Amino acid sequence: MMKLAVCLLPLFPLLGFLLNGLAGRKFSKNIAALTGCLPVLASFVISLCLFIQLLKGEITVITVDCFDWLQAGGLSVPFSFLIDPLSSVMLLVVTGVGFLIHVYSAGYMHDDEAFARFFAYMNLFIMFMLLLVLGNNYAVMFCGWEGVGLCSYLLIGFWFKNTAYNNAAKKAFIMNRIGDLGFLLGMFLIYNTFGSLSYKEVFEGAGRFTSGTPEITAIALLLFVGAIGKSAQIPLYTWLPDAMAGPTPVSALIHAATMVTAGVYMIARSNILYALSPAAMGVVAAVGAATAVFAATIGLVQNDIKKVLAYSTVSQLGYMFVAMGVGAFTGGIFHLVTHAFFKALLFLGAGSVIHAMGGEQDIRKMGGLRKHLPVTFYTFLIAAIAISGIPPFAGFFSKDEILGYAFAGNRLVWLLGILGSVLTAFYMFRLFYLTFSGKFRGTETQLSHLHESPKIMTVPLVILALLSAAGGFIGMPAVFGGTHFLANFLSPVFAEGAQRLSLPELSHGMELVLMAVAVFIAAAAILYARNVYVLKQGVPAGEQDELPVLHRLVYRKYYVDELYDKIIVKPLMALSGVFYSFLDIRVIDGLVNFSGSLVLKTSSVLRKTQAGTIGFYVFAMVIGVILVLLYNIMM
Amino acid sequence: MDNFQIPVSYYLVLSVLLFSIGVMGVLFRRNAIVIFMCIELMLNAVNLLLAAFSVLHGDTGGQVFVFFIMAVAAAEVAVGLAILIMIYRNVKSTDINILNKLKW
Amino acid sequence: MIHYLFYFLSFLAIFSALMVVLVKNPVHSVLYLIVTLFSIAGHYVLLNAQFLAAVHVIVYAGAIMVLFLFVLMLLNLNVETESHKSSWLKFMAVLSGGLFLLVLTASVKGSEKIHGVISGGSETGMIKTLGNTLFGEFMLPFEISSLLFLIAMVGAVMLGKKETQ
Repeated sequence: MMKLAVCLLPLFPLLGFLLNGLAGRKFSKNIAALTGCLPVLASFVISLCLFIQLLKGEITVITVDCFDWLQAGGLSVPFSFLIDPLSSVMLLVVTGVGFLIHVYSAGYMHDDEAFARFFAYMNLFIMFMLLLVLGNNYAVMFCGWEGVGLCSYLLIGFWFKNTAYNNAAKKAFIMNRIGDLGFLLGMFLIYNTFGSLSYKEVFEGAGRFTSGTPEITAIALLLFVGAIGKSAQIPLYTWLPDAMAGPTPVSALIHAATMVTAGVYMIARSNILYALSPAAMGVVAAVGAATAVFAATIGLVQNDIKKVLAYSTVSQLGYMFVAMGVGAFTGGIFHLVTHAFFKALLFLGAGSVIHAMGGEQDIRKMGGLRKHLPVTFYTFLIAAIAISGIPPFAGFFSKDEILGYAFAGNRLVWLLGILGSVLTAFYMFRLFYLTFSGKFRGTETQLSHLHESPKIMTVPLVILALLSAAGGFIGMPAVFGGTHFLANFLSPVFAEGAQRLSLPELSHGMELVLMAVAVFIAAAAILYARNVYVLKQGVPAGEQDELPVLHRLVYRKYYVDELYDKIIVKPLMALSGVFYSFLDIRVIDGLVNFSGSLVLKTSSVLRKTQAGTIGFYVFAMVIGVILVLLYNIMM
Repeated sequence: MDNFQIPVSYYLVLSVLLFSIGVMGVLFRRNAIVIFMCIELMLNAVNLLLAAFSVLHGDTGGQVFVFFIMAVAAAEVAVGLAILIMIYRNVKSTDINILNKLKW
Repeated sequence: MIHYLFYFLSFLAIFSALMVVLVKNPVHSVLYLIVTLFSIAGHYVLLNAQFLAAVHVIVYAGAIMVLFLFVLMLLNLNVETESHKSSWLKFMAVLSGGLFLLVLTASVKGSEKIHGVISGGSETGMIKTLGNTLFGEFMLPFEISSLLFLIAMVGAVMLGKKETQ
């Protein structure tokens, strides 16, 4: 019964995908929306049941072997699923947030002609994401990993008539491929080292290695390359801001809440491997911290509402990797969950604003939307507070857990974390104030068009706002008398990794001091933002305005895209141009055409001999006999 | 005839000459009946050689073969000439260059 | 003395064979062919293959050549109706015929079996010995050849019949 339920988990979205994908054109919009949402709801219900089962404590792990997938030589990969506390938390996030976003999409995408196609892709994404999370070995995870990449590509390029959107989709896909190659190589190395891809055997095998073994470090680093690509860390982060070309619900679901966190999930899943390799942990923490600050600085000056959120996502993912890097696996997953809530909420709120503004995304043209969009305003406010780390909202607990571990592990990382946190608070409230307070700066037609979104969009917002507000309590630390429910729940998964790391404990007093520091400077940043954008009515400079050098550097995203274009894309394009014009057209096409024309010409010559003249035939026969005899003599 | 002594290579040369003349005739002439005659010439060249070698080795098989070749040649000529008559009836000629439908 | 007979017969055979090819009139070709066949029959006699000589004369001169003449008369081809081939084609025909001769000679020259000498008075071609072989060892092929004649006869009659519409 339970096994059937686990198998049905990814099959429901697949069914939805097939129905909407094959017959979607014939469905009315309501039916298409139902076919899109119901499978996700069903999966959510199953996930909830499984979660409750695990919570009761009777069962700790469920494994389901569906069928033998790959059988080659010594390699045997079953298509099997694993339900343990970690995957069950991920399942809840994916299906729960996924369902809310599906419902929201039914309203948001209502006027789009490719409505059914949208839901088909979304369901396919949910299916692959469930595979990724459910897989009991690295091969199944990789299957889901590639699948979500594909869906990401399809959904970023959803409005495929726009060339810029298509380019963004291609960029995302190619950058993901670079990371995927790392993952793939890591998988090969895992098989080479442990002789299996199954989690159980790999982790048991890893237990026999001592800390710092080169093979383990190599595996950990290669897997991290995969995570860098998927989770948009330095240096492969540039695809994520461009991915905002997709519909806003897609940005919320794929590029904020679920897919981009796959890298974090993968590292958390492989925590034993990382615990055995301090060097790899160091790299993860360094990359995470650098990304957290770097992306946050870019977010400070962006004027596109979705771009700000995109850089914020990159920055928050950096936090999660910091957590992984300093050994706070629970903290990372905790932040993953809370981030899924508030970032999905932020994106959906932004979607609601964009919807009201008739497609306008530039915050310089917004302002004063508070009275027009009250529900969006309050929910967005809750999300902004949550992400800024103000207690008692969700972000505070998860972020401070990470920063606490970082302080215990490496002060520099902690310092960067605090810096990122300040920047986050500032740019979130800059965005918030510019959007909702002050005077409206758009056109008259936009003003008359302003309206609150329909119920189908606001209800998910409210639910997500509740989760953002209260979600932190699942990880209430001991300082506040909590038991840290999430840590206890996840402890079977992380026990061994944590044991090997033997993390230093912080005293409660120190913890409180750190929290106070973080909250204080975040609040200061918010007040500063209020001072600049509310009291002084500051508005960011327009496109034509001359910007100070440093400002322009950040506004242009440090010219990273241009740099990549110059040093990687252009040379590659030039090289392929050479190969195309020379190797492809001349050599390959030439060979093919040559063989064709050779046959044609030869036959047109030989054709003339077949004129039906018996005399000639006899002549040819005699020549043939002569040749045979000649051959005879020669031999 | 008991003092008759001749190397077999002489017969070989004679047969090869006759056979080559036959081949040349086939290539040379256009009249189907003459071509037929040239074929008979080639057959006879082979017959002569067979008989010569049969005598050389004292083997009767060679001469029996000549006999069979004659039989087949006779049958061939009968059928071949009948076909020629049919062709002549249809195209009023025995020129092989007119018979150029043997293609495709 | 008898060698001269061999040379004479050989010369006659080759000359008349050449004439078969070279003369324009088909009827003359037939007549030259008959001369060739008779000279070959003479060769058979020289080889003491009496049975072959007899059969040769009967089959070729008596049956086949008569058939040829008969067809020529029937089709009324006793005049020089044949159009000339171009001289280039003639040259090519002679050339390839000569080449053929050359190659054939070269290919039999290499064999070691050609150095024997034929002496007269051989008993191989006598009717008695030949008859024993023909009706002993080659009995079945002999009977089958009769079947071949039957079929050839039927075929010739079939072909020669006027088509009835």
